[in-house]
Amino acid sequence: MSAHADTHDHDDHGHHHKETFVTKYIFSQDHKMIAKQYLITGTIMGVIGVIMSLMIRMQIAWPEEPNVIFEALLGKWAPGGVMDADIYLALVTIHGTIMVFFVLTAGLSGTFSNLLIPLQIGARDMASGFLNMVSYWLFFLSSVVMVISLFVEAGPAAAGWTIYPPLSALPLAQGGSGAGMTLWLVSMAIFIASSLLGSLNYIVTVLNLRTKGMTMTRLPLTIWAFFVTAIIGVVSFPVLLSAALLLIMDRSFGTSFFLSDIFIQGEVLHYQGGSPVLFEHLFWFLGHPEVYIVLLPALGITSEIIATNSRKPIFGYRAMVASILAIAFLSTIVWGHHMFVSGMNPFLGSVFTFTTLLIAIPSAVKAFNYITTLWKGNLQFNPAMLFSIGLVSTFITGGLTGIILGDSALDINVHDTYFVVAHFHLVMGISALYGMFAGIYHWFPKMFGRMMNKNLGYIHFWVTAICAYGVFFPMHFIGMAGLPRRYYTNSNFPLFDDLSNVNVVITIFALIGGAFQIVFLWNFFYSIFYGKKTVQNPWKSNTLEWTAPVEHMHGNWPGEIPHVHRWAYDYSKPGHDEDFVPQNIPLKEGEEELQH
Amino acid sequence: MTALLTIIVLVFITIAIWQMVKIFDLANANNENSQIANDKDNRVNGYLMLGFLAFIYVITIVCVVKWGDLPLLSNSASEHGPQIDNLMIISLVIIFIVQTITQFLLHYFAFKYKGEKGKKAFFYADNDKLEFIWTIIPVITLAGLIIYGLFTWSEIMNVNEDDDPLVIELYAQQFNWKARYGGADNTLGKANVRLIDLDKANILGLDESDPNAQDDIITTELHLPVGKPVLFKMRSQDVLHSAYMPHFRAQMNCVPGMITQFGFTPTVTTAEMRQTPEMADKVANINRIRTEKSKELVAKGEEPLERYEFDYVLICNKICGKSHYNMQMKIIVESQEDYEAWLKEQKIFKNSLVQN
Repeated sequence: MSAHADTHDHDDHGHHHKETFVTKYIFSQDHKMIAKQYLITGTIMGVIGVIMSLMIRMQIAWPEEPNVIFEALLGKWAPGGVMDADIYLALVTIHGTIMVFFVLTAGLSGTFSNLLIPLQIGARDMASGFLNMVSYWLFFLSSVVMVISLFVEAGPAAAGWTIYPPLSALPLAQGGSGAGMTLWLVSMAIFIASSLLGSLNYIVTVLNLRTKGMTMTRLPLTIWAFFVTAIIGVVSFPVLLSAALLLIMDRSFGTSFFLSDIFIQGEVLHYQGGSPVLFEHLFWFLGHPEVYIVLLPALGITSEIIATNSRKPIFGYRAMVASILAIAFLSTIVWGHHMFVSGMNPFLGSVFTFTTLLIAIPSAVKAFNYITTLWKGNLQFNPAMLFSIGLVSTFITGGLTGIILGDSALDINVHDTYFVVAHFHLVMGISALYGMFAGIYHWFPKMFGRMMNKNLGYIHFWVTAICAYGVFFPMHFIGMAGLPRRYYTNSNFPLFDDLSNVNVVITIFALIGGAFQIVFLWNFFYSIFYGKKTVQNPWKSNTLEWTAPVEHMHGNWPGEIPHVHRWAYDYSKPGHDEDFVPQNIPLKEGEEELQH
Repeated sequence: MTALLTIIVLVFITIAIWQMVKIFDLANANNENSQIANDKDNRVNGYLMLGFLAFIYVITIVCVVKWGDLPLLSNSASEHGPQIDNLMIISLVIIFIVQTITQFLLHYFAFKYKGEKGKKAFFYADNDKLEFIWTIIPVITLAGLIIYGLFTWSEIMNVNEDDDPLVIELYAQQFNWKARYGGADNTLGKANVRLIDLDKANILGLDESDPNAQDDIITTELHLPVGKPVLFKMRSQDVLHSAYMPHFRAQMNCVPGMITQFGFTPTVTTAEMRQTPEMADKVANINRIRTEKSKELVAKGEEPLERYEFDYVLICNKICGKSHYNMQMKIIVESQEDYEAWLKEQKIFKNSLVQN
């Protein structure tokens, strides 16, 4: 049972505190403001990441042709509009880093965990508002450092987002492994600190601050997802931090954790006894759970939105929670499937094949439960709902090819080809991005008190959905034809010449899809100021955040915090007039609560 | 200039969309303007869901028909290749079946149950039997795939020393490959990058005092006798590389400070591969593309492209720096006699050293 001690008298809270601009908008300790700060910062980083991906695609499609866009954006790195090979790798690296960590970890989890955890569990704020503020500002600082690293003389980090040493450790091996990589590592270290502070806060808040009646089995699936995500983060991010610190030691203090027997540019280096494979283990011990740190919040958001907009309970609540837990557990013991051909013992390959393919089971359960939730529903196609269905679609398409990549024998031939690029972009990139879009469209009224334009939302969704498949579906096939990823140009391999027109098609889809994100940005920023004012519960949703007033206030609810009497999914329950029954409505006489 | 034009066009498109939406909103002004989906939105988007399902199917069919039978997928040139290919095909078939069914259910339900005012959804929260069924079906399917996969994997990775494989070292450095043959004794001499002596042309760091090293042969092309098991020992002198030989379904990383290995038996010579109808088609198609490109190049006053002739390649497939995209070595599979004749022409290590 939860035990929330409602010790403060919040009635007159708003009247006495005179807030300054700084405490309200900048160094705010209010979870709703921090959520908005995360969202805006994540959006800006997202724009940078997407522009980079479009430059990458243009380079792949038209490698020889000078491009004025390159010249304009890359300056000295694209003399005469011809992209430099080093900056291509840097774009690939920074695009990956920004999208995975800054947009889909901080931007997604940071925004919605902060916004929804206190509001949906019925708490006045996070357990520690101060730590929450520090967490955001560390994230902001790490974003600034990452952006600064783009302007370093010798180029930004360019060893791939996985920064495998020795490439990332030796400035002799690559220009970007000098100051650019140092800043990358510093930025990531700060980022990890931010993420840990955030995660600890989420865990404590969910465990300690639930309102009366909000048992763990009455938690909305969003909260379950955020909660478990935070636990995965706390378990795995410190390992990446240790890897980053050891790498800093190797780079700057002459240790040999990851380096051994290296001869480069005419000289033997002093490193002895280290192993790059050790780094791969440490990196992927975070790297793989990271996939689920990105994906689970998106799935949680989707569960909530699909149930609300289907006007039906989410099907199999217990199974959904169980599969979140199963995925979380399995995610920490599958990292080796990134390393089947790394030179580790082949027996380990067998073990990791086994654990990896197991993860398909809870994933399949989730997909089937979403589909069954739609069955016999009364589907309301708000933009958030479209993005949620889109997520299920890309989650299935992208997830299925995981069966191939998780199989060590098959991985031999598709490892590090475009097949992998297609797989993870669909299953975690696009899916998580859809989850984020869905969340923004759904909770925009909660965040800004206004509605986003639905017709722009429809245009945004349908063009994005078509372009996402147009980009990543054909990509599987060029991967199966053996085309390696991270190639600046394929023109040195006539063998792949017949794939060049596929690459052009993909790039055209990417450019259209990228351009249409402007529709979203416009809708988002325009609606913040000029959108239609919202009513308190526009989607007729059951969760507690919609019982709070539209106008934001410290402490979330005037007067007492609502008590909870039922789970979050009493949609279209027989015996009620409305097709939704908010969680704070007591059971009717004779009404039974669903046992789950 | 083009950039400016592109930006202007984009701005215009955005303004156009905005205006269209505004007109749409104004036209609906008499109705509710709540930005919440109404029956009309539900109907339109429901049909679009069906349309999208069709789109997924069409793009699948187009991809499979146009690019699904790339020779790389069907023509393997190693003994274990068909095993991987069979497993791949089985997995792909399962994936396509599951994909077709689940995407149909998802989008069809979305269409069928599109919302209407006054309709009430069916309160359906749980069904243990159903959930058990769709837990157990993936379990069985995956169990089959796991077992098949693990047998294939261990068969490929277990090197049988009794076969007396030909041992070849693949040596990676930024940004080229070298191959080292054991010579008459088929034994590679000891080597370490610390022993590299560029003045003496000891480029791979062989131990000059090791008797096994004396007859080693270092080459820049990889020749393999057909039908003979080969065991590759991989080494790297600077950063991670990956020795990827797609036609042989073979790949292993080259890790500085450690020796990795991968073994296979080539089954199709280069000459035979060139003559297979699939490969002949593929090469003809590539040359068509290259001829067209050459015309453009000549028009610009540049050199035309060379005609392409098929060869097996060893590709670097782990990001390794600036010229990662051009780190390759030609592989030639030939008869035992041709192989031996070629090997005889190569200098052995002892004689390749520069004596000061």
